[in-house]
Amino acid sequence: MFQLINTFLIGITSGSIYSLMAIALVLVWRSTRVVNFAQAGQALLSTYIGFEFIQRFHSFWIALVLSMIFGALISALVDLVFMRLLFSRNTQGPIAGVAPIIATLGLLGLIRAGIGMVLGSTDANIRPPVSNVGFTISGHTLAFSPLKLLIVSATLVLVLVLSLIFQRTNIGLALRASAYAPEIARLAGVRVDGIRTLGWALAGAAGAAAGMLQTPNGTGALSSDSLEFSLLLVFGFIAAVIGGLESLVGAVIGGLLLGLVLAFVLTYISGSLVFITAFVVLILVLLIRPSGLIGTKRGRRA
Amino acid sequence: MTLIVSDLCVDHGAIRAVNGVSFRIEEGQLAAVIGANGAGKTTLLRSLSGLKHSTSGHATWHDYDLLHAKPEVLVRHGVSHVSEGKSVIPELSVEENLDLGALWRKNPGEARETRNAILETFPRLGERLSQLADTLSGGERQMLAIGRALMSKPQLLLLDEPSLGLAPLVIAQIFASIRQLTIQMGLTVVLVEQNAMSALEIADVGIVLNLGRVAVTNTAQQLIADPQVRAAYLGY
Repeated sequence: MFQLINTFLIGITSGSIYSLMAIALVLVWRSTRVVNFAQAGQALLSTYIGFEFIQRFHSFWIALVLSMIFGALISALVDLVFMRLLFSRNTQGPIAGVAPIIATLGLLGLIRAGIGMVLGSTDANIRPPVSNVGFTISGHTLAFSPLKLLIVSATLVLVLVLSLIFQRTNIGLALRASAYAPEIARLAGVRVDGIRTLGWALAGAAGAAAGMLQTPNGTGALSSDSLEFSLLLVFGFIAAVIGGLESLVGAVIGGLLLGLVLAFVLTYISGSLVFITAFVVLILVLLIRPSGLIGTKRGRRA
Repeated sequence: MTLIVSDLCVDHGAIRAVNGVSFRIEEGQLAAVIGANGAGKTTLLRSLSGLKHSTSGHATWHDYDLLHAKPEVLVRHGVSHVSEGKSVIPELSVEENLDLGALWRKNPGEARETRNAILETFPRLGERLSQLADTLSGGERQMLAIGRALMSKPQLLLLDEPSLGLAPLVIAQIFASIRQLTIQMGLTVVLVEQNAMSALEIADVGIVLNLGRVAVTNTAQQLIADPQVRAAYLGY
């Protein structure tokens, strides 16, 4: 029984982090129709920046907020400098659809190499801001620790703030309209280009949060060729696709579902099956519901 | 204020869809642009609202150059366009679709007044404010599309085939509302229509396009009476 609860809680925790990454990917997909593989690099860079701020301010919280702000700026810059140039140069033909995706892969390599060159010698390590020793209930120690509770609640708060922005503000209305029907949004007076950059910025912030929360939950070590960030990208992408790639709610559901399935496989079957399981889940969902769990032709919601 | 279009040419790849079109529409007039499929009506309208680049020529509204501005900028200069095929966003609620048109307006109080005026003209929209636009009937969607354009408080309204896919009774309602709004809000309207008779009935002037060129311009009444126009476009 305890193992069951344990597994469930671990799944929810890692699932929350996948959700954040999935949200980042969905936000960019919705505004630009590009799967931004560079998101992992941007998140890694933002987490390095967060690490620098932890050194300076000795507060994980201040560093988290600053890392998200810098993540947003980096992401906006990628759209302004990199994607806009690409789209203005290349609008038609078979390459036009593929080029941006290849370009984001290239950018991922570029960011990682850059981090390796500049920060490679830094011994970067983010310690958990609160204890990662599990709660104890009537003599049993759970795997669920204050840190994991913090991760789950931080994700919850971020998702709530994001959905409030999307559903209750004018900016949110402009973001949704631009994603659903850019031409109508422009005719209504929405400056769609600026709104798209804003979508990228929000994605950058979500990705930075994912990186900052994931790192202390793992080994805490940062490196330019971090396997953890590669996995974060892969699992975040799978979560986003499971959720339909269009919907923020879908991204959260996809992330939690993936986190739970992986945790149960890890605990009850074998750790070596985790990676395969992620892809099996993806393929199963795509076979049964090709448009994702949430995504339907008309059912897109913020 | 006058809409002046002179020598306008617009290309679709190798095809010249609009070929040297010139006309003039005075303030407060409702102009019907009619013509067969492929006459260049929609292309003409899209180039006036900034959606389509023109090749050569001029178009000005109140001395403001329409041809070199983006649609989101033109809206701020009083030009609203309702594009072909019920231009609403089905994933958003009726209220959100309306509000979208006024997001850029600085004064929320004024925007609210505009909304009340629109809901008076289209009370059906008022009953459905919180519903998704997806759940509306074709006629209601067209009302919403026009309502959204009006939320931007336009002086020049460009309407592309509002009758498309609607039942005759509904078309009559929509056209009556367009006529009423033109007078009530002091609009100047360019109404592109396949449904030539309905359009000319409410229009002050008519422009007949044929293969990208202006074939005839005249008052709407005289066009309706013109035997050639009747034979070619009105079907009797």
